[in-house]
Amino acid sequence: MRTRFLSDTAALLGRSLRHVLRSPDTIITTSVMPIAFMLLFVYVFGGAVAAGPGRYVDYLLPGILVITIASGVSYTAFRLFLDMASGIFGRFQSLPIARSSVLWAHVLTSVVANAVSLAVVVLVALLMGFRSGAGVAAWLGIAGLLLLLTFTLTWLAVLPGLSAKSADGASAFSYPLIFLPFVSSAFVPTRTMPGPVRAFAEHQPVTSIVDTIRALFAGRPVGDDIWTALAWCVGVLVIAYVLAMAAFRRKLA
Amino acid sequence: MTEQEVPAIRVRGLEKAYKRLKVLRGVDFDVARGQVFALLGSNGAGKTTVVNILATLLKADAGTATVLGYDVATHGADVRESISLTGQFAAVDEILTGRENLVLIARLRHVKDPGAVADALLERVSLTDAAARRVATYSGGMRRRLDIAMSLIGSPPVIFLDEPTTGLDPQARLEVWAAVRELAGRGTTVLLTTQYLDEAEHLADRIAILHRGRIIVTGTLAELRALLPPAEVEYVERQPTLEDVFLALVGDEPPQDEPQQDEPRQDEPRQDGPGGAEPDRDAGDGHDVRAASEERQR
Ligand SMILES: Nc1ncnc2c1ncn2[C@@H]1O[C@H](COP(=O)(O)OP(=O)(O)O)[C@@H](O)[C@H]1O
Ligand SMILES: [Mg+2]
Repeated sequence: MRTRFLSDTAALLGRSLRHVLRSPDTIITTSVMPIAFMLLFVYVFGGAVAAGPGRYVDYLLPGILVITIASGVSYTAFRLFLDMASGIFGRFQSLPIARSSVLWAHVLTSVVANAVSLAVVVLVALLMGFRSGAGVAAWLGIAGLLLLLTFTLTWLAVLPGLSAKSADGASAFSYPLIFLPFVSSAFVPTRTMPGPVRAFAEHQPVTSIVDTIRALFAGRPVGDDIWTALAWCVGVLVIAYVLAMAAFRRKLA
Repeated sequence: MTEQEVPAIRVRGLEKAYKRLKVLRGVDFDVARGQVFALLGSNGAGKTTVVNILATLLKADAGTATVLGYDVATHGADVRESISLTGQFAAVDEILTGRENLVLIARLRHVKDPGAVADALLERVSLTDAAARRVATYSGGMRRRLDIAMSLIGSPPVIFLDEPTTGLDPQARLEVWAAVRELAGRGTTVLLTTQYLDEAEHLADRIAILHRGRIIVTGTLAELRALLPPAEVEYVERQPTLEDVFLALVGDEPPQDEPQQDEPRQDEPRQDGPGGAEPDRDAGDGHDVRAASEERQR
């Protein structure tokens, strides 16, 4: 059963990677919005934003990476919705396969596609003057945290993918996720915010994730932020996974 | 019971409701091995619901269904090893090419040499020339042929075809009919649903009519014809078509989109709930045509 799960997931992963390859616009679209935000904030607002010493693009990049993932995972919801609507989901489920491999293939596709989008965004940031003194371990830590965040948000995206009534509805769930970094330490330090907003910003997941990545990029110690960030990611991942599997089983009942 | 005695499909007392809409109200039928069995019913009668329960995509509220002796509720994996489903709407991947679709299913069915299997099937459904094109460019008939070819991979002994010709032009329809006949020739059991009476008439060894959530009649075409009052047979020159039988049985109601939600009629005692489905009882609420005609002969 285990080998079947792996080989079925591999076959279905090949299929959805072909989808991504044949509509590369999905990767471009995923990177374009975060890049546009980055250009806007660095070259338009950057002069007026007091984020502390150093280049603003260095301050900004971690939040931009979070936004990249948040917009990228909406394609998982979209592609899953199309599978449901076209009936191919039903066909796969009537085959003698490990049934959950259908979901895992979409999740892994999201991981690959988001990794490419993140690499594109980092390249553009480098062109814009982003520099990091991070060593190999810090880069691995950043990659690991972004990977975990991608898994978490992708499993979250599976839910609307399975239950949406329209393609637009399936992708719309990501709007609040894209908005969340704006009320965090991603663009400006939280200390400039008024009381209640600041309280929200300091206690929502994006701030701890962004602060951790920023510290790793700068070669500073990460402190407790990393544990808060991991707790948020793992906690939401477990909840999203459980809910997604329950929704999946309901589809077959 | 030996292997051979287990019917390919056995359905007893199947019930299914979507919220408050009772779609199946105790469906019973058997399909013998190697048979082409047509489930005939108007739009919304519940044909797809029956097929989806048999294909383990949906769970019944009550009753039992087995495929080659495997219970769909408890032995889903064994059922899926034995069947393939061609759904009501061609379930093909538009972004992949025709060949890639077939190779994908072949890999998921774990057959040896998926590429060779795909090429042989492309040949068989006359899609070799279009094999390298994306399915998005295919016509409706080509998609249906690919769809059916995808169901043939691994030669499952039982095949479900849900309205395989709905929406096809007459030429494509004939091609699908030929494919079904070929399957029958190879000994595959085929459960076919259709709204078209002539389709059931042309293809099926046995026909069941699903109406208001029950099988109201089952039999061969000849047995169904024998149900009509003899007078009509005498005065009408042509043989009654299945359509005549259907209309006589169902009455001249306008086609229904949804089964009515009325309660079972008083004059049809039914056994409900678990245990209500004895293996060989006649459908309490339907006719068994063979039994009925045998009675007449006695
Ligand atoms: N998932 C569903 N939720 C609610 N109602 C449904 C669902 N699927 C089918 N129905 C309803 O159940 C009835 C039977 O549907 P179906 O089995 O598709 O009939 P058929 O295939 O014979 O046309 C129809 O009235 C249809 O609208
Ligand atoms: Mg149908």
